Amino acid sequence: MTTALAMLNSQQLVHLSFVDFVIVVFYFVLVLAIGFYLKEQANTGEDFFLAGREMTAWVAGLSFLSANLGALELMGWAGAAYQYGILAAHWYWIGAIPAMLFLALVMMPFYYISRTHSVPGYLKLRFGESSRALSSISFAFMTVLMSGINMYSMALVLKIVLGWNINVSILVSSVTVAIYVALGGLRSAIFNEVLQFILIWAGALLIPILGLMEAGGWSGLRARVAANASAEYTHLWSTLGKFSDNPMGIHWTGIVFGLGAVISMGYWTTDFLVVQRVLSAKDLRAAKMAPIIGAGFKMLVPFIVILPGLLGLALLPIKLVGEGQAVVSGGHSYNEVLPLMLARYCGPGLLGLGITALIAGFMSGMAGNVSAFTTVWTYDIYRALIKKDATDAHYVSMGRWSTVIGVAISIGTAYLVMDFKSIMDYVQALFSFFIAPLFATVLLGMLWTRATPAGGFWGLLAGTCSSVGMWAWVKMDPTALRYVALSPYARDMAENMYRALWSCLVAALVTVVVSMVTKPRPVAELKGLVYGVTEIPSESYVSMLHRPWFWAVIVGVGFVILNIIFW
Amino acid sequence: MKPGGSISIWFFIGISLLVNGLLILAAGIYELLHPPEVRVVLFDLHASIWWGGLLAALGAGYAIYFAPGKGRD
Repeated sequence: MTTALAMLNSQQLVHLSFVDFVIVVFYFVLVLAIGFYLKEQANTGEDFFLAGREMTAWVAGLSFLSANLGALELMGWAGAAYQYGILAAHWYWIGAIPAMLFLALVMMPFYYISRTHSVPGYLKLRFGESSRALSSISFAFMTVLMSGINMYSMALVLKIVLGWNINVSILVSSVTVAIYVALGGLRSAIFNEVLQFILIWAGALLIPILGLMEAGGWSGLRARVAANASAEYTHLWSTLGKFSDNPMGIHWTGIVFGLGAVISMGYWTTDFLVVQRVLSAKDLRAAKMAPIIGAGFKMLVPFIVILPGLLGLALLPIKLVGEGQAVVSGGHSYNEVLPLMLARYCGPGLLGLGITALIAGFMSGMAGNVSAFTTVWTYDIYRALIKKDATDAHYVSMGRWSTVIGVAISIGTAYLVMDFKSIMDYVQALFSFFIAPLFATVLLGMLWTRATPAGGFWGLLAGTCSSVGMWAWVKMDPTALRYVALSPYARDMAENMYRALWSCLVAALVTVVVSMVTKPRPVAELKGLVYGVTEIPSESYVSMLHRPWFWAVIVGVGFVILNIIFW
Repeated sequence: MKPGGSISIWFFIGISLLVNGLLILAAGIYELLHPPEVRVVLFDLHASIWWGGLLAALGAGYAIYFAPGKGRD
């Protein structure tokens, strides 16, 4: 948010030519055309909320990744790479790949075989209505809030980068998303997310290619980064031995256990925004392959996000500064590095495609939020708590209306954020409060037959409350950071990592203790929900090249090699 | 995936890449013939021409291969 404010004080970064406008307008026309085309294919609840469960592994996998690849993510992490160096790549590699493979191989069978329509829906099947109510209400609330915040931030970025009116940007983008999601449901969202994924790559890939040519390859880039900042900026692991040895103020334990084992596991395996895409797969093998395909491409995303940030550090003639300093000096902040690099290399046409990539990223993220909200609202709140016995057509109609209403609430949130800018910090913290404990609850539910409904509910509640408590403790007494994050030198990101780790452990501990003193459900009721009592279909009939395990190993080896190369 | 059994998602992607690629290629050729006074870095590489051409070729390939009625998904 402050970044965007900093941008307000700087001058417009790029000027679009006629051909650039044509490319941007063509994009809007195409996504709307897809929405209208798919309207006829979204008549039943299964069609509207789960895309008919007929997506191939490739479509589900690219959509799974695209829903996460928002424009703010692209610009924010490119800025983080400028500020922190290649350490930012941890959020794409150890902070994503192991979790995505874990989802594919361990958790997906239970989500898919249980035939649940959502993550809160799985909690209902496994732990009962109270756990579902807690998770679905939190999720729906957070989703529309996040959607609105992203909407406002992106409109602010468009204002600064392109000089576009902020109200028009919010209105045009959100109405477009509302139309194509309300018409075609999840199928339309997925369809457009795959298109957006391709456009993001087509628009952004040229920057690292030309940047490396200008810098003299990777060795030239490293030499320039060492001269402009420090040689440590191009090392992924070697500076993580001490909190004070790296610009992020983080220790390797925070990255491995906080980010890799808790935050990313929580996000990629239990955040319904991304899991919903995989639930749309046509069969279990496609559902297992989709996150693996997503992981393969996720591993490559740093080449269009982190590399441009490093190239900016090496090549830009101006020095980018922190957000506060940019506001005071009128200079450019870290987060502007991607549009600055775009403007550096891209002439007419290419610039339009690059801007389209940013807009596509924004819209795919927003459509992901809206379609996930719609499903959770309709199935897990409206049908579960308000109107239980309506027809399928009624719920589809509710889905369409809740799409429009969800977007309207998001727009309201966007304007609320304009007046109360600190909301963004609080909401991001709130979002993290819930994801880490949810991972412990869902994982224990899937792997431990002894976990009871009371254990699941109280574990989830205790984990969330402990996370909120730690956050409030540090807010009231900053010296508490030495206890929560294990070091007084820890920065915000490090604090988030450790808070997630502790809250996950609290959730797991309370779930175990309460489960041990309460009555478990009969094992027969857990078939299709829990490991050990669920029959997983054999894959022995398919060739090695079609087995998820084979491709997971390939992706895993690539992940290890990348970490060694950039050690 | 062919929702409704008629048009593949990859056809739409092919059309998108083809149209964008042709527009970028045309803009690149115009810049080659009429070089602007203010130029981007590495202008002499004419990235618009080869990147636009690449996208157009890729898009044309997808659009033809996944054209409606060919039964491919």
